[in-house]
Amino acid sequence: MRKPKRIIIREEYCMGCRLCEVYCITQHSKSKDIIKAYRGEEPRPVSGIYFEEKGFVSFALQCRHCDDAPCLEACITGAMYRDESTGMVLHDRERCVGCWMCIMACPYGVVKPDFGERKVASKCDLCIEAEFPACVEHCPNEAIVLVDEEGERIYKEAV
Amino acid sequence: MTRSRYLIIGNSTAGVAAIEAIRQVDGKGAITVVSDEDVVNYSRPLISYYLGGRVSEERMAFRDRRFYERNGVTLILGRKAEELDVEGRKVVLSDGTSLHYGKLLIATGGRPIIPPMDGLQKVREGAFTFTRLSDAKGILGYIRENEVEEAVVLGAGLIGLKATEGLVERGVKVTIVELADRILANTLDREASAILERALGDWGCKVIKEDTISRVVSSRGKVREVVLRSGRSLSAPLLVIAVGVRPNLELVEDTPISYDRGITVDEHMRTSVEDVYAAGDVAQAKDFLSGWSSVIAVWPVAFRQGKVAGWNMAGREVRYEGLFPMNSVELAGIPTISFGTTTPPEADGYEILTRRDEESYRKIVLKENRLVGAIFLGRIERAGIFSGLIRDGIDVSSFKEELLSDDFGLLVLPAEYRKHMVTGEGMEV
Amino acid sequence: MAKAKYRPEFIVQRDDEKCIRCQVCVRMCSNDVHAYYPDTVISDSFKCVGCHFCEDLCPTGAIAIRRSEPHIKENYHWSGTDVYNIIKQADTGGVLLTGMGCDRPYKDYFGHIVLNASQVTNPSIDPLREPMELRTFIGGKPEVVIIGKSSEPELRTQIPPQLELETPIMFSAMSYGSISLNACKSLAKAACDFGTCWNTGEGGLHRDLSPYAHRAIVQVASGRFGVNKEYLDAGCAVEIKIGQGAKPGIGGHLPGEKVPEEVSRTRMIPEGTDALSPAPHHDIYSIEDLKQLIFALKEATRYEKPVGVKIAAVHNVAPIASGIVRAGADFVVIDGIRGGTGAAPTLIRNNVGIPIELAIAVVDSRLREEGIRNRASIIAAGGFRSSADVVKAIALGADAVYIGTAALIALGCHLCQRCYTGKCNWGIATQDPYLTKRLNPEIGARRAYNLLRAWSLEIKEMLGGMGINAIESLRGNREQLRGVGLNEVELELLGIKHAGEAW
Ligand SMILES: Cc1cc2nc3c(=O)[nH]c(=O)nc-3n(C[C@H](O)[C@H](O)[C@H](O)COP(=O)(O)OP(=O)(O)OC[C@H]3O[C@@H](n4cnc5c(N)ncnc54)[C@H](O)[C@@H]3O)c2cc1C
Ligand code: SF4
Ligand code: SF4
Repeated sequence: MRKPKRIIIREEYCMGCRLCEVYCITQHSKSKDIIKAYRGEEPRPVSGIYFEEKGFVSFALQCRHCDDAPCLEACITGAMYRDESTGMVLHDRERCVGCWMCIMACPYGVVKPDFGERKVASKCDLCIEAEFPACVEHCPNEAIVLVDEEGERIYKEAV
Repeated sequence: MTRSRYLIIGNSTAGVAAIEAIRQVDGKGAITVVSDEDVVNYSRPLISYYLGGRVSEERMAFRDRRFYERNGVTLILGRKAEELDVEGRKVVLSDGTSLHYGKLLIATGGRPIIPPMDGLQKVREGAFTFTRLSDAKGILGYIRENEVEEAVVLGAGLIGLKATEGLVERGVKVTIVELADRILANTLDREASAILERALGDWGCKVIKEDTISRVVSSRGKVREVVLRSGRSLSAPLLVIAVGVRPNLELVEDTPISYDRGITVDEHMRTSVEDVYAAGDVAQAKDFLSGWSSVIAVWPVAFRQGKVAGWNMAGREVRYEGLFPMNSVELAGIPTISFGTTTPPEADGYEILTRRDEESYRKIVLKENRLVGAIFLGRIERAGIFSGLIRDGIDVSSFKEELLSDDFGLLVLPAEYRKHMVTGEGMEV
Repeated sequence: MAKAKYRPEFIVQRDDEKCIRCQVCVRMCSNDVHAYYPDTVISDSFKCVGCHFCEDLCPTGAIAIRRSEPHIKENYHWSGTDVYNIIKQADTGGVLLTGMGCDRPYKDYFGHIVLNASQVTNPSIDPLREPMELRTFIGGKPEVVIIGKSSEPELRTQIPPQLELETPIMFSAMSYGSISLNACKSLAKAACDFGTCWNTGEGGLHRDLSPYAHRAIVQVASGRFGVNKEYLDAGCAVEIKIGQGAKPGIGGHLPGEKVPEEVSRTRMIPEGTDALSPAPHHDIYSIEDLKQLIFALKEATRYEKPVGVKIAAVHNVAPIASGIVRAGADFVVIDGIRGGTGAAPTLIRNNVGIPIELAIAVVDSRLREEGIRNRASIIAAGGFRSSADVVKAIALGADAVYIGTAALIALGCHLCQRCYTGKCNWGIATQDPYLTKRLNPEIGARRAYNLLRAWSLEIKEMLGGMGINAIESLRGNREQLRGVGLNEVELELLGIKHAGEAW
């Protein structure tokens, strides 16, 4: 199996601005335009990020695209699947029935219920459409970075 | 006579998981899968969604036909494995075919328990169990043909309630009969049961507790009415019997393979006979919490066991670490997730934390500062973190107060553990 | 009622059509300017210090921070600032405080000096095609060099210890305490990566900075914070700090709030106590005392490292520098009136000291006249804004320069001058862990390195234009400079001709 690119979280540099969420939502919106996404689209997409903050420690957590992913084992519809070409754990909203087995199984707690158009699970897809995760691209302090199978940093410019 | 390196009996959760695992290790060895059901693939938990009309037949599969093709699996459908000869390493099917195997996986799951009820043997139509797609189809057809408007469901366990949900979605009024003094007695605690029961009531369902069906009345082979132990009788143009499942041991009964409640397996999912493995609802494997072995008939456990069995069959040695009961269901619009021991024996050193508010109920069960069980009702976000805490045996004393807080997350976990989780590359296998 | 309201210095403008209520500004401003009110964001311009952090982060560009017009009826003599300063002082009875360097409109001499370039008579050099040497050595140079007579060339003279720099630009002293550890790390790493030096300032050497100590000039100031044998051994040179351009003649004061555990450990003072640097060194009251300290430090470092002295550029800077060189210093640092600081009384910062351009010229001339220029290097500091300033400083006689403010701007500083509040939104001049994490030292180091690289490339271009291929040949080469709009006294002090005059 191919190992996916991964987002590494460096909580010591997370400033807590939450721009990652803003750009995640924008990237997963219909218009992909930040102002339209926020001011016009209903329902607004759910961000793939859980932002946690306590005192001065904070971080933005998204799906870890586990090697041995419990959500894949728990999903009763096959909506949660491993994309063979990239190694990523992806989610097919069409098949999903919103049973929340994945929410139960994910030890990082990063699958969110999305009560938008239809009740489905929702999680980070590493912006597969855009080829580079929006949260990483826009993190002003490089608190979240993308690495390849070997753990080497991947920069947006290189993609 | 065909011979295959891997023979799998049962084409459901555990069987499919085993195929995936085998192929991760061995890309070529021939795999044959036998199922007595006549469907390429479907997800058992979805039968209630199908019954309720929420999922179409095409969407029932959790792996499509291409999955079998891609993995080079020979599928033998609609035939039952009737005899197992472990000496001769072969399985004989209902049509007389013999299949030789190198490694055998028994993933025959469970079958519904049918408690004794007078008059049931006279019923030819209108009484169903609810574990297979054919059951759901049968019920649906019966409702349509007979314009059924009400039904009795025996058993307020998970399957009974799921059947109820499907029926309600089809406009059928359901009365549930349950022997225990509450619904979902095996998975939930009293408080959670009460909340769900109220919600079921709001939904128009009636729940009769501490009672059971003693007699079934039929006419011309069709079920009409049930009489309860209390003497009460209920009109029942449709009866669904859902009091539980038990491991499907038929195939091993006359073999040297040991079994207890289910087929007993070791940490590599091996049975007592060489090259024969068992996984899923039919297997009795290590229970993470008690350390004993038990049958835990839920999907994620079946899947994991199937995978571990597959890996080991193909030669990658992987230990099954044991799992615990876990479930996620949504009943009457209320999502519920539960893990492990939710109603521990009193005293015995358990500590219980609960929190109740408008839209949610949460309960945490601790033993010696380690999580052994939890219930989340209403708000289920981030519940999975708790499954991780159980599995990793994390001492929660330093953040016990936070366990039930609204913003519970990885951040409250001890820094080292958290850093390993968030900085690392996901779970190491 | 003699009570006046302050006027906001800045106006926070929010374009409501662009505002998506993401509240990044609300979360980020350490001055609590923005607040979320059910479905709208409101801003209190009074609190804004003009650091532009929110403006830079706002994902839709909805925010603009504009300077507000003074409401006072200003006149030629009374500026709005003067008036509001008085109002403030009448309110508080306190000394006005500020951060960064002097911002008063004293003549900008660099802005009145132009450089030469070769035309026809001597060819210019293309730095992309030909080698161009920026390598700079800091330290005393011998009077004469004796070469042995054997077949192999052999240096008989013992050369005093030198700092070898790949570019004549170093990062000036900014202590851990006045700036964050992440800011220190950024500069330290950039200096090491580029092959130049950074300076610990008077705050000691935090253990996380020890990987960069081999390129650290360690400072010994009047507070003697964090000074011990390991500290002296760790660095590549020692700098005795007598004065600082932003506040000549006065000491330093790091308030107890900026002395959390880590700072206290590094400075070797109790946590939460004010770190007071006395105005004078209490053991230095004469050049002789200074000489003792210089040699004590040389002794302590086994004569293996250059030991220098940093002073503020004041009226007597030339004779003082001469005394320092005669006292045995291997380098003299002169910090001009534009030199930055983390905190200084506004009026001191704005009114004490002299411009660095004049100071460099008079010190260099004086040392040459006395025949001791070779004994020490001159490092100039205070307000260098570009590579052109650096080139001019070197042509005036400096060996190298220190940059402070420019380096901090590379790390994000927007010159709001509120360093002394400890609320620096950019994570630079603060110890608040909520703010310091905003400066990722990887990014900081990358940007500071880029600045060194960019300036060095530009210096090479300018040198090439002058037909010079080594920075050594520019040093004190005042013929490359011409004044524009300077009077005779200024030209004489600078030792340069007026534009239009040939060699
Ligand atoms: C209605 C319903 C809802 C459920 N909902 C959930 C849920 O929400 N969450 C959850 O975790 N779990 C749920 N479960 C349980 C879950 O479906 C099972 O734990 C899981 O499917 C077990 O998988 P398995 O592969 O072990 O066995 P099974 O799914 O039982 O499959 C065994 C297969 O083997 C076949 N077979 C048996 N004997 C033979 C033979 N001799 N020859 C050939 N074929 C044979 C059977 O026909 C069957 O197809 C539900 C179960 C039911 C019935
Ligand atoms: S959703 Fe959770 S379990 Fe699934 S791959 Fe992502 S992190 Fe792993
Ligand atoms: S919610 Fe969707 S993705 Fe998650 S387990 Fe259920 S069907 Fe699969």
